[in-house]
Amino acid sequence: MKDYMAILNLAESENDIRALTTNRPIASIPIGSRYRVIDFMLSNLVNAGIGNVGIFSDSNSRSLADHLGTGKPWDLGRKNDGLFLFNHGLCNLMYTDSKLIKNNMEYIYRSKSSEVILCSSYMICNMDISDVIRAHEASGADITVVYTHTKNADKEFSNCFTLDIDPETGDLRGAGKNIGVGPEADVCMEIFLMTKDKLTDFVYKSTSLTSLTNFYNLIFDQIGNLRFNTYKFDGYVSCINTVSSYFKSNMDMLDIDVSNDLFRSAERPIFTKIKDEPPTLYVKGCSTSNSLIADGCIIKGKVKDSVLGRYVDVEEGASVENSIILQNVRIHKNARLSHVIIDKNVDIDENTELRGNEFFPLVIEKKNLLR
Amino acid sequence: MIHKNMVALILAGGQGSRLGAMTKKTAKPAVRFGGKYRIIDFALSNCSNSGIDTVGILTQYKPQQLSTHIGIGTPWDLDRVHGGVTILPPYMSEAGGDWYRGTANAVYQNITFLDQYNPTYVLILSGDHIYKMDYREMLAAHTAAGATATIAVIDVPLGEASRFGIMNTDGTGRITSFEEKPKNPKSTLASMGIYIFTYADLKKYLKVDALDEKSDNDFGKNIIPAMLGAGEKLIAYRFEGYWKDVGTVESYWEANMDLLKADNDVKLFQNDWKLYTVTGSIPSQYIGPEAILKDSLISEGCVIMGEVDHSVIFPGVTIGANSRVVDSIVMEGCTIEENVIVNKSILLEGVTVKASNAVGDGREIAVIEEGRVLSGGGFMK
Repeated sequence: MKDYMAILNLAESENDIRALTTNRPIASIPIGSRYRVIDFMLSNLVNAGIGNVGIFSDSNSRSLADHLGTGKPWDLGRKNDGLFLFNHGLCNLMYTDSKLIKNNMEYIYRSKSSEVILCSSYMICNMDISDVIRAHEASGADITVVYTHTKNADKEFSNCFTLDIDPETGDLRGAGKNIGVGPEADVCMEIFLMTKDKLTDFVYKSTSLTSLTNFYNLIFDQIGNLRFNTYKFDGYVSCINTVSSYFKSNMDMLDIDVSNDLFRSAERPIFTKIKDEPPTLYVKGCSTSNSLIADGCIIKGKVKDSVLGRYVDVEEGASVENSIILQNVRIHKNARLSHVIIDKNVDIDENTELRGNEFFPLVIEKKNLLR
Repeated sequence: MIHKNMVALILAGGQGSRLGAMTKKTAKPAVRFGGKYRIIDFALSNCSNSGIDTVGILTQYKPQQLSTHIGIGTPWDLDRVHGGVTILPPYMSEAGGDWYRGTANAVYQNITFLDQYNPTYVLILSGDHIYKMDYREMLAAHTAAGATATIAVIDVPLGEASRFGIMNTDGTGRITSFEEKPKNPKSTLASMGIYIFTYADLKKYLKVDALDEKSDNDFGKNIIPAMLGAGEKLIAYRFEGYWKDVGTVESYWEANMDLLKADNDVKLFQNDWKLYTVTGSIPSQYIGPEAILKDSLISEGCVIMGEVDHSVIFPGVTIGANSRVVDSIVMEGCTIEENVIVNKSILLEGVTVKASNAVGDGREIAVIEEGRVLSGGGFMK
């Protein structure tokens, strides 16, 4: 196995998930009760033995920087290599991921790795990346691209890249965007393996052409010129780029098979920041079923088919069903919630009733300090 | 060398033999407690929350798990540039080596460690007590009184006073005499084994005590009486709040059960005085569709399909459908299969109870040793 470094490219479209990204990039949206979106891909990289990860972020990254810290929870708080975070100082509309990578070329030059894994954060999965590396090296191709086959392309993976793969030879014939016309598609998981030299070529080509092109487009432009290898991933994948896909992905995690695949793997654990909360206390009279619950909660009411983050209080008579409650939320007596997403630090008053539905979950935004 | 105002020493070398199987493989301070902690986390978190950044931990009996747990002190924010946490085992010197012979001897053998920091005060703690305490307030009382030593005391019922070291005080809180486990106690102020000494004075008494061949080299038996005898000013600092020395299986079990109320006296959910511990990357707990939960603490990584009533469940425990766990403590990584009854039991790490078994008779506490696999069906005590 050659020496790989990783670039996590967080230039991810937030257009359809704005309610959850007013204060943070997609990468640091809390998910699965105790994780953040980025934990999955970051852990996948670390579990494949990658010890040098550059995170290229393009938007308000306070929450992300707070979550990542020095990278210690992912074992990336290293003297040599480890975690590097790059972000735009100013919000410049002319900036793209290509430009951001270009501006930080020194980091890429200095890294001693000869190979690069370029990936996004919003594809939630637990992937054995060392197997992708093996396949890439065996193929002798210039670039390996990872994809998944979905039967839900009309509901999920909105606007993601789709691949046109020759069913006979497995060759990549072209790439497009998923506009949701049909259920079946080969969706690009935005994971690319190539040499550092190849990546450098793309960066310089991009800046000489135009700085407005998304980096992945530049890669797909080379179909026909470079040798592409495709790697099919068969595990659970969900793309967190719409409110409904976020809702569905959390609900999927209530399925024990999905959660076993995603975050109960003994060989490939998902790492996250540690918060030092006590265990969760279930008080007599509570009723809890089919739910994923983080530590630090006090449950006195009813919780059903829901995902609760750390430090959530559900008081007597309150009921939470089919909902996602993020960290540090207090649901007061007799409040009734169904199909809602409550962002961090919100107090739900007594007797409040909030109701969304499966396709349009109601989102209550994070409590703002100014309110 | 940078001067430190107060350095803490935690006495963590004790075996805790009355805890039986629980301390077979590890020292008492490393025994797991309260759903995700180890007993020493209380003293360490108190130090951290009280702003003490230099802590020595004196180990002796089976220290491996304890040393691994403490590491470089990161969970307690004790990985510091100057100070931080230091593990202090007995050591060899030119003149030979010696085990720690008593609490005072253990501290005496580490005078070099203390001298490094040249502290004005030394805080001596036990690593095996359950309580939350702000040592800054105790230090304030010590300095205000200009005392040589300040001893934290707690009011105990008169009937139980003969089990403790009892402080007799005058109206101002000055200690007039000290009696170890008196038959006819004259006071109900029991020593909590927490001392603040003015270091220069302590050093003097430790050196004299070390030369006395008849001495037990113990704080309670020798140092405190010697100080009182010499007319030094010793004061009692009254602590109000929860404090428990989990010396026996029964008191250990009780202290765990004490946590099962939302307004528990230990204040487990107190956010401005957190308890810190070593935490792994474990997913959240999953509560199954048919689960029934009553007055229980459950930790991350658990998968609960059955019933848990009045119990403390540590991380990574699986409880199968139709199983019932009552009045019990189930430690990390235990697997309880389907149709099992666990009653008033302590299951140590990694115990497996196969389907359709019963553990515990509900009267005496059953302790199941680490890693045991209970199968074969029927009743087990």
